[in-house]
Amino acid sequence: MGSIKDEVAIIGMGCSKFGERWDAGTEDLAIEAAYEAFEDAGVEKQDIEACYHAQVMASVIGVGGTTVADALKLRDIPILRNENWCASGHIALIEACMAVASGAFDLVLAIGVEKLKDTGYPGLGTGRGMHPVYEARRTSPGSFGLIAQRYFETYGLSIEQGKETLAKIEVKNHDNGSLCPKAHFHNRITVEQVLKAPIVAWPLGLFDCCGNSDGAACAIVTTAAKARDFRSDSVYLKGFGIATDSMLPHFRPGFSWTSFDSLVKSSHKAYEMAGIKNPREELDVAEVHDCFSITELLIYEDFGFSPRGSAREDVDAGFFTREGGLPVNIDGGLKCFGHPIGASGLRMTYEVYKQLQGKADLPERQIKNPRLGLAHTFGGPPQISAVAILGSEKG
Amino acid sequence: MNTVGIGLCGSYLPIFRLDRGTVAEIWGRASMGGERTVANNDEDSATMAVEASVNCLQDSGRQEIEGLFFATTSPVYREKLNAALVATALDLKREITTADFSHSLRAGTGALKAALDSVKSGSMKQVLVAAADCRNGYPRSDQEQAFGDGAAAILVSQDHVLATFEGSYSICNEMYDVWRNPDDTFVRTWEGRFILGEGYANHMVEAVSGILNKLGLKTKDITRAILPAPDARTHRRLIQRLGFDAKTQVQDPLLSNIGHTGAAHPLLMLVGALEESSPGDILLLANYADGVDAMVFKVTEEIEKKRDERRLKEYLSQKLMLTSYARFLSYKGLVETAPGEPFRLFPSATVTWRDRNSIMRCHGSRCLNCGTLSFPIQRICNNCHAKDSYEEIRISGLEGAVFTFTLDNLAGRSDDPVVVQTIADLGEEKVRFYSMMTDCIPSEAKIGMPVGLTFRRIYEGSGMHNYFWKLRPLHTGGNK
Repeated sequence: MGSIKDEVAIIGMGCSKFGERWDAGTEDLAIEAAYEAFEDAGVEKQDIEACYHAQVMASVIGVGGTTVADALKLRDIPILRNENWCASGHIALIEACMAVASGAFDLVLAIGVEKLKDTGYPGLGTGRGMHPVYEARRTSPGSFGLIAQRYFETYGLSIEQGKETLAKIEVKNHDNGSLCPKAHFHNRITVEQVLKAPIVAWPLGLFDCCGNSDGAACAIVTTAAKARDFRSDSVYLKGFGIATDSMLPHFRPGFSWTSFDSLVKSSHKAYEMAGIKNPREELDVAEVHDCFSITELLIYEDFGFSPRGSAREDVDAGFFTREGGLPVNIDGGLKCFGHPIGASGLRMTYEVYKQLQGKADLPERQIKNPRLGLAHTFGGPPQISAVAILGSEKG
Repeated sequence: MNTVGIGLCGSYLPIFRLDRGTVAEIWGRASMGGERTVANNDEDSATMAVEASVNCLQDSGRQEIEGLFFATTSPVYREKLNAALVATALDLKREITTADFSHSLRAGTGALKAALDSVKSGSMKQVLVAAADCRNGYPRSDQEQAFGDGAAAILVSQDHVLATFEGSYSICNEMYDVWRNPDDTFVRTWEGRFILGEGYANHMVEAVSGILNKLGLKTKDITRAILPAPDARTHRRLIQRLGFDAKTQVQDPLLSNIGHTGAAHPLLMLVGALEESSPGDILLLANYADGVDAMVFKVTEEIEKKRDERRLKEYLSQKLMLTSYARFLSYKGLVETAPGEPFRLFPSATVTWRDRNSIMRCHGSRCLNCGTLSFPIQRICNNCHAKDSYEEIRISGLEGAVFTFTLDNLAGRSDDPVVVQTIADLGEEKVRFYSMMTDCIPSEAKIGMPVGLTFRRIYEGSGMHNYFWKLRPLHTGGNK
């Protein structure tokens, strides 16, 4: 695989307020994010040469990028939409970067937008639109509950030990989210609250699950060579990795349920391109896909942040808190932002981008001198993983 | 003349029971005492017929079966061959005769008679008769307490029969005593004294006398009189009138602990009798509905070799009590459940048809290159990636253990809010199976729990019933 390390830079980003946006439609959310990015980059809308668009749900099948075209009056340019479950936002960003690196375009917009709260459903069924029999009555919490149960069994954790470890992850994320103005939820929680919460899909309780919400986020990318024409603190793409796996690993003989190939492969490809040997030591900040508490725990191990089977010790030691060795989900993650599917990847990238620039919205949220950050989403039932590694300096 | 008779037999009772006192209390009326069976909310006449048939066939070859007759008064579809659904789930071969027998409580005995005649004539070598019913009585009616849900299956063949068919006698009579119109949910009846006296009792006496005369038998020659009856008192009176010794000659009518299981009931009682029979026993079966079908069977030495592992009394002992009348109404489809739309997929006739060998027959694929067994059927091997090089293997009979599970509170129906999503490894090769677990107490699910497979309805949509296989704790079933 080739490399486009340091060939592309992000010169502007925008992010809407996330949450139950009863006040806003898809178009409003796209406008809110895009105009912040245009201003941040100092570009005009008409300078955009192509747009990579992530949106999973749409009111009309085959609507393509027209929702964005209508919202932004983004006309006469290619708008290429991808639907890759929860990884769509990151994939839009990576596609935009590849388009710039190829030389086809100089200034490209990557935008993710999703409006879930108009569906009337409090949660998502992962099965919708897939096999009508094999996927019956399968929900997202259910899919991840299967993982938690197996993880506890494999590593000999009692239900109490397992649930407490997961609770600590959510306490950390809520603590982070409480400081983040654009987050959906700002409440701090305690381990006891998490443990006492109603069960959604055993052993996952209410606080182990992220919410449904609305939001949009976007990035404007150009070549690294041109980035300095726009600003002095551009953020550079160091590496990326995408891996897609079976929709039905449930049926695969021997599948462990404690590790996902797509997580391992996507992160390793990204590390290789970025020249990272030891992510635990070299990364300064990470935004990973915490759709459920168990997902974040699993990712610590599949991404090499923690040795296999010992993520629990790192959680106990506070390694992933804002003050820890590798702060993870310092904006509160999906847990506090909710998860408007197509928007999440770019929202997470937005946090890393701001941190690398030293421009977190509140000073108390700002990590000291981060140089290298990772943003990641993990989608589907769950088998699609996309990782982007960003750096504050060109190598 | 060819020997013809019963080669194998099997039964099935759903796991759920309703204490008749629960119903009585709701309506402020007397309880009939005892309990009745209630089909789970993922069961119907077709799935119960499959269960009884699997229990009947066990590991015997399915290739010899040339016909499947399915009997019920509660068909899943009014137009569409229900027997085809049952035959496919049973993984019978495609070159068979399939027919539905319906519209009458004599459907079961009618199907059995037709099967015996078909085999006797040499038209078919083996015919499987599967009878199942789940009928509804009006709320507060006697029938609501008296009915039960269940199924029975009988394999009719020529060789190694465990009971030979000695003869039959039928009469036809048209009267309004018990009936249902095409759109009726509940069974209608005329006045009790008329239907039991002029209808049931008189005709049963006439038919039993008729067959005894025809075969030159006396009442005392009968080892077991199998006489399905609408209620226990009517049964007792009939026995008395016919002169059978109630203590020694009469087969348990199964009314106190199961209830009347409709078209399945005479066959269920026959299976019960066969399971308790000895060589030389003579069994008399007489079944009423707009006339009577009477038959006599003689038990052979084969009965000793075919004592099945899963017998009626085991089904009787394995039960979960329904906790409320509300759940009974819901399981019977008499009150609507909240649909749970976000988690209901659009049904697809084409997908169900195209994937029928995996979905209905429960076939997996065994790679001819590396031997890996996978479910559902995989064109490209999961292990070695060989393309289109596999044989199909039926895995519905495999047993195994839970690998992981979750109790999903979002995915269920309003009457069963918790769905036990389960992943299991089945058989020695640990073929991976993922589905819901049924007939279980969710809080008792655990990793390592022994499970088997059962054919069930998974959801409704577009007027189609979607069927698939579910996992089930072995202590409450198992196909074996």
